[in-house]
Amino acid sequence: MLQDKKVIIIGDRDGIPAPAIEECIKTTGAEVVFASTECFV
Amino acid sequence: MTMPVVKGAAYILVHTPDMITHYGTTCTLEHETNPNSEFLKKVPEFVRSFEEVVKYAPNQAYIGSILPDELSNIPKPWYKNPIENAKAEGKMGELVTQEEFYLVMKQSDAFDLVMLEKGFLAAEKAKAAATRPFYTEAELAKLKEGYEAEEIEKKVQEGAEPLFSGGKLVGCVKAAHEKDKNLTAHIMVENLVVKASGIIALKNLIYRNNIPADSIEYVIECSEEACGDMNQRGGGNFAKAICEIAGATGATGSDTRGFCAAPTHALIQAAALVKSGVYKSVAIVAGGATAKLGMNARDHVNKGLPVLEDCLGGFAVLVTEDDGVSPVLRTDVVGRHTVGTGSSPQAVMESLITKPLDKVGLKITDVDKYSVEMQNPEITEPAGAGDVPLANFKMIAALGAKRGDIDKTAMPSFIKEHGMPGFAPTQGHIPSGVPFVGSAREMIMAGQIERAMIVGKGSLFLGRMTNQFDGVSIVMEKNHGKTEAAATVSKEEIKGMVAEAMKDFASFLLERK
Repeated sequence: MLQDKKVIIIGDRDGIPAPAIEECIKTTGAEVVFASTECFV
Repeated sequence: MTMPVVKGAAYILVHTPDMITHYGTTCTLEHETNPNSEFLKKVPEFVRSFEEVVKYAPNQAYIGSILPDELSNIPKPWYKNPIENAKAEGKMGELVTQEEFYLVMKQSDAFDLVMLEKGFLAAEKAKAAATRPFYTEAELAKLKEGYEAEEIEKKVQEGAEPLFSGGKLVGCVKAAHEKDKNLTAHIMVENLVVKASGIIALKNLIYRNNIPADSIEYVIECSEEACGDMNQRGGGNFAKAICEIAGATGATGSDTRGFCAAPTHALIQAAALVKSGVYKSVAIVAGGATAKLGMNARDHVNKGLPVLEDCLGGFAVLVTEDDGVSPVLRTDVVGRHTVGTGSSPQAVMESLITKPLDKVGLKITDVDKYSVEMQNPEITEPAGAGDVPLANFKMIAALGAKRGDIDKTAMPSFIKEHGMPGFAPTQGHIPSGVPFVGSAREMIMAGQIERAMIVGKGSLFLGRMTNQFDGVSIVMEKNHGKTEAAATVSKEEIKGMVAEAMKDFASFLLERK
């Protein structure tokens, strides 16, 4: 589904942080162009 | 070696309605980028009165008038269901008005940077003298006479930061240097606010727990601001500055920083300093952050809610040598997120929750209450950030289910029993772990719970120095009496044993002759 797509990741400090999402996305063949964890509090 | 105990805790809120638009970053950025915005025009209509803030149930939980669990019995939205008989003074602290707070800012001002209007100052001094035991005559006299309104207006035109009360200019804060970017009027406001709210918190700790102010030997300040000049931004030392005004004359101190995790880092440091015998009595203290006032105001206003981030927060906790009664801080049950831990939610939770418990053979269910990020969900949910405490409790429950400590079907009941509703203001470091220390102390001493875990988390990536997340945790538990003293040998006993051995040896020598 994400093969050859470009992906922007916004992770949540109290949810799933960006590096964890990035590791998952890498297995899909997508290219992560930006990944950042944000604090929403 | 003594066990460190939590001797007392204090929590304060300062209602600062006029500071929301002038010092909260959401509003100040809007002023810069879109000065005529509808949002800015609407904000004043959505600001609450002091009475409304006092009656707001999460605030009553924060100052210790009700336990956090009692919020579950109050219908939501809490802002529409006030506690009608609520008081500004609670068991563990109080709510302070903006006007009284300006007095404390002036009291905190060692360099004549705060100017208050004559009439305003006289009226507030008289009110404080008549109704507030915190202020001595000498303290109030030191505030002097104040300034003419025209002088203050002139200073504001020249760049001083204004202090308003009900929209009326009643004072200002001047820059502390002509050119130094770290001593601008804006930064001086932020830092004087931290200092003043820290003083109120430390005074509450001392006053409400009958602690001789000069018995405190060391203070760790753990908020998120930085004081220093152009040559040492963040040099410190808020701690000693706060001690000076709060009357802790026997203390020195230092500042600990670590974003929202700093208070739990400070709690562990305080416990370690007491346990090691370096100091007998260590307080941790933090003031509030003007920047976060009205942080989610845009969403609150858009959705018709009051601006709920209208208070500065502050707290102070005293850690002392074992008194045989107060809850013990288990320095052998400390969790830490290390550089190598990684960022997966499972790894984070294991490092903070299960690893320290495993070390001493405790299960997830052996901790009766977990205090995580305790933000009031009524503030965060309208902004799309969800219920942060609940998200944390769910992760702890999931970890428990994965390890087999609890059955998967028991997760909802685990969350209800071992968690609690969020109740703390979104003041960065204020809601992280520490808001429950006071209530945990009360519940442990009343026999309602045996053990609580205080978990602090910090978003280090906000400083753009690292992508690392951070977190630490420590367990508080019931004090079963001074067991260590009984198990160890006293100095007198050792002397007796040595004397006995010497006597035997002398007899042996005499017999040999």
